[in-house]
Amino acid sequence: MTATFIHPLTSFVEKTFVITEFELRKLRHDFTELVTRALQPALWLLIFGQVFARNGAMHTGNIPYLDFIAPGILAQSVLFVAIFYGINVIWERDLGIVQKFLASPTPRAALVLGKGFSAGIRTLSQGVIVYGLSLLLGVKLNWSPLALLNVLVIIILAATLFSTFSLVIACFVKTRERFMGVGQVLTMPLFFASNAIYPTDMMPGWLKMVSHLNPLTYVVDALRTCMLADSTSTFGLSFDYLVILVTTTVLVLVGARLYPRLAT
Amino acid sequence: MAEVVLEIKNLTRRFGAFTAVDSLTLSVNAGEVFGLLGSNGAGKTTTIKMLTTLLPPTSGGARVAGFSITTQAVGVRRAIGYVPQAVSVDGSLTGYENLLIFAKLYDLPHREQQARIAEALEFMNLTADAKRLVAEYSGGMVRRLEIAQSTLHRPKVLFLDEPTVGLDPIARDAVWKHLVDMRANYGTTLFFTTHYLEEAESHCDRIAIMHLGKLDALGTCQELEASLGPGHTLNDVFVHYAGSALDTGNNFRAVSAERATAERLG
Repeated sequence: MTATFIHPLTSFVEKTFVITEFELRKLRHDFTELVTRALQPALWLLIFGQVFARNGAMHTGNIPYLDFIAPGILAQSVLFVAIFYGINVIWERDLGIVQKFLASPTPRAALVLGKGFSAGIRTLSQGVIVYGLSLLLGVKLNWSPLALLNVLVIIILAATLFSTFSLVIACFVKTRERFMGVGQVLTMPLFFASNAIYPTDMMPGWLKMVSHLNPLTYVVDALRTCMLADSTSTFGLSFDYLVILVTTTVLVLVGARLYPRLAT
Repeated sequence: MAEVVLEIKNLTRRFGAFTAVDSLTLSVNAGEVFGLLGSNGAGKTTTIKMLTTLLPPTSGGARVAGFSITTQAVGVRRAIGYVPQAVSVDGSLTGYENLLIFAKLYDLPHREQQARIAEALEFMNLTADAKRLVAEYSGGMVRRLEIAQSTLHRPKVLFLDEPTVGLDPIARDAVWKHLVDMRANYGTTLFFTTHYLEEAESHCDRIAIMHLGKLDALGTCQELEASLGPGHTLNDVFVHYAGSALDTGNNFRAVSAERATAERLG
């Protein structure tokens, strides 16, 4: 046995990246997933977006509707990919992998956050797809390196947030069948009660209030601020970041607490 | 007096009104091969889950390699290896990668990692298949890889939950050969559950028979056979202590998981 003393924080960071690394190593064996995922944002932008832009049905101020929803669709596709991450966790539980990791000295929070980050990095492909479609549709994008870096970070954080949320749900429901049901029930309300495809100003008062409690709203606002050439933030970019970071931290802590349930 | 590496005292776990493990007390010496037997629902898996810190006991406790399972869980985790009954290696990684991740998670010194992994692969006779995806492995290879993975950090105690379930006789023999070698080379204590009496008979220093959560018999196979009078086999011993058990313990999920494991390995 080689038990050397390692500072808990160093160990936590190190182990988080070990988990992320191996989650990503699995990815190189399967690329079909990347292709099938591209379909959904394409449909939303090319069909839904085109129709609503043509009719002028949405009042999105001084930016065209397609420009308005491009970041919204990116946020949505990040949400949709990340929210089903819990399925993998349940699958690993049915196999016995979760039990083995939990019997190792790895900090629970590192197991949870490591998986979250890997979901974040996996989801980056959605950014590439939405940028490609936006170019095609003539959306005026902000190409400054700082803006692109921000978008990159926001995608990773948002996917970490929603995949950890998904993991928390998995810890409660524990079976794939129930998870699929709950996942479906959660994604649509999160999506519709946000500013992804229409401005919150159009919403009735109660829905507007709900949307302000929805982390996706802040993800969309942050993406809209950074992605578009001329867009102003509703809540301020730092506030968006604050909400995303605090929510993620809380979810990781809750997830770390609940994760051992999967071994019983 | 041999060093005691596992000391279980009044270990109890209840699920609602059902007592899965009832005041279990026993100790295991360093380097011993110890088999835990019992029919389905006897409490074997629940016992292993508590000893590996996956499930907190309702009352009582245990010390593994000197660490308390209730108050020093991380110490216990560093000192043990665990091979769950279900398949616990990742099919979408190679054999080598499955070992590398555990080398890193158990803080093996960087300069030793490669040597340890190479040694473990060699020991389990998997060197030639190290770069292949585990999804392509046979059942016996998967089990050997799992044992390699759980022993990379040279644990004092290796817990195995039905390590040979679903394997054909040849693969079972190979797994046992490696387990016995490991004890000989590294002094690893083996604590395992099994349904196969002949495995217990040929490999265990001592066995314990659990019945409805309670410890019913404990000793060497010879001692237990002799306790029933001359001419008795281990099978008679098992039937004597556990034979009257109703098949109450396993629910649908446990049974389907066991069958799925057998299918995946077979």
